[in-house]
Amino acid sequence: MTTVDQNTNLAQPNVVADPEELARARRKRNEKIGQWVLPALVVVLTIIAWDRIVTVNELPHYILPGPDLVLEALIEDWGMLSESLVVTLRITVGALLIAIIGGVGLAVLFTQSRWVEMSFFPYAVILQVTPIVAIAPLIFIYVDNRMVGLLICAWIVAFFPILSNTTLGLNSADHNLRDLFKVYGATRWQKLRYLQLPSALPYFLGGLRIAGGLSLIGAVVAEYVAGTGGNASGLAFRILEASYRLNIPRMFAALLLIAMTGVVIYALTSLVSYLLLRKWHESAIKREV
Amino acid sequence: MTAHARPASSTLVGEAAIRARPNVLSMNYVDKVFGRDVVALKDMNLDVNEGDFISLLGPSGCGKSTALRLIADLIHPTKGQIKWANPRAANDLSVVFQEPALMPWATVEQNVYLPFRLSGKPLSAVKSDIDEVLALVGLEKFHGAYPRELSGGMKMRVSIARAMVTYPKLILMDEPFAALDEITRFKLNNDLLALKDKINCTVIFVTHSVFESVFLSDRIVVMAARPGRVIDELYVDEAYPRTETFRTSAEYAAHCRRASDTLKHAMELGQ
Repeated sequence: MTTVDQNTNLAQPNVVADPEELARARRKRNEKIGQWVLPALVVVLTIIAWDRIVTVNELPHYILPGPDLVLEALIEDWGMLSESLVVTLRITVGALLIAIIGGVGLAVLFTQSRWVEMSFFPYAVILQVTPIVAIAPLIFIYVDNRMVGLLICAWIVAFFPILSNTTLGLNSADHNLRDLFKVYGATRWQKLRYLQLPSALPYFLGGLRIAGGLSLIGAVVAEYVAGTGGNASGLAFRILEASYRLNIPRMFAALLLIAMTGVVIYALTSLVSYLLLRKWHESAIKREV
Repeated sequence: MTAHARPASSTLVGEAAIRARPNVLSMNYVDKVFGRDVVALKDMNLDVNEGDFISLLGPSGCGKSTALRLIADLIHPTKGQIKWANPRAANDLSVVFQEPALMPWATVEQNVYLPFRLSGKPLSAVKSDIDEVLALVGLEKFHGAYPRELSGGMKMRVSIARAMVTYPKLILMDEPFAALDEITRFKLNNDLLALKDKINCTVIFVTHSVFESVFLSDRIVVMAARPGRVIDELYVDEAYPRTETFRTSAEYAAHCRRASDTLKHAMELGQ
């Protein structure tokens, strides 16, 4: 309401614009530009510095290749690297999807029954705190299919933040609203569908952002442990393979692709989160003053 | 909307008129004990009649909210009974809390639609009911707004609209205006009386405020703490509709003095 009043005042010709407010608007505009320009500038400067260090010190390419060599490797090996990228992506996305289904499903089950939660939540924690590198070799002993083994490893790493966040969210529905649902004789399903799931959405999306990155980490670590080569090898295997051959430029190229994948996953999950929450949740709303 | 309309109850006020109204529900010697030995409510008797506007007035800890939760069937009596005169249907009862308790992810219209949604009615079938009740609370232009876009008073109006949209027999209100500023509170007091008259329901209203209870109700049930119990019942023998002139009248002041004295007595008992 106050913003409307201020606007009508500003529209009057005899009102002098407040210098403090003008300065604030200017600062805001600059921040918006800086948000994109500054990181880009840092990248450019880093690449130039990297190139200078390699050239001036005459570093051999098997110690530290220059950015030009990395780019060359990326283009030259694109056929092989892109195939590996697809493999890693398939494991990452597959693990994330199973983590979403498993995490949300378990969380719903936990909120339906305290007994189930008490029985199984400790095991979810144990699964989470045990390093995946320690479990992975066992998984590859018992699971014949390599792809399934990789998926299981990546899933173990990714599902916990979704489970714990969604459980928290399902339990944080407004108490008055819970009472109101009870007064109106809502069924268990109605309470879940119209009250608990919407309440849990912001929490779930927070978990999803973490799980997206973790599923990539899980996929890469699992590939390292699985180690076998062949056609269906992911980016992690390419890094291992290149290191044996002292093909450092290709290592950097593969590393670059993994990092870019992580950034894209983060950006996508953030976008989904923004689109789902922008109308009502505090986290997605820009403050006006 | 005419399908919902019930014959208007008598506009007569005063003890005799109120006692002659048909019964909605009664509490008979109801006790509620929390934990092992905290007596929240002791021997509460209350006959709620059609068209009553009952205020439960008392200091903190006197069991007024407990009484409301018992009537809403959210908790159950340790001893004694709460009996409805007719078997209670799903939409006979509504509750308004101190917080508006709106769903932040849903629009105003979707929030008001909630009781119908839970009883399985499609939105198209009740759209006109929702439109009408939103117009009654002065929010006809805010169907598509989200709760965060509304002021505190407007959120409370949505909450009241949601409670009234089903034309319930009984509405329970737990200090609904306590968190609002005085100007907004006065306005909502007036509007609440107009709405109650319009949908012709019974209200039980929990409040700390002597002035609010006198302005709104025809019965004031004064309660004391430790243990929570009813100590007196006052009748505000003033006809409805009550307007701003009533708020400044000598009669209003006299009722307030009487209620204040009783409340003071209740506080001494609860020491």
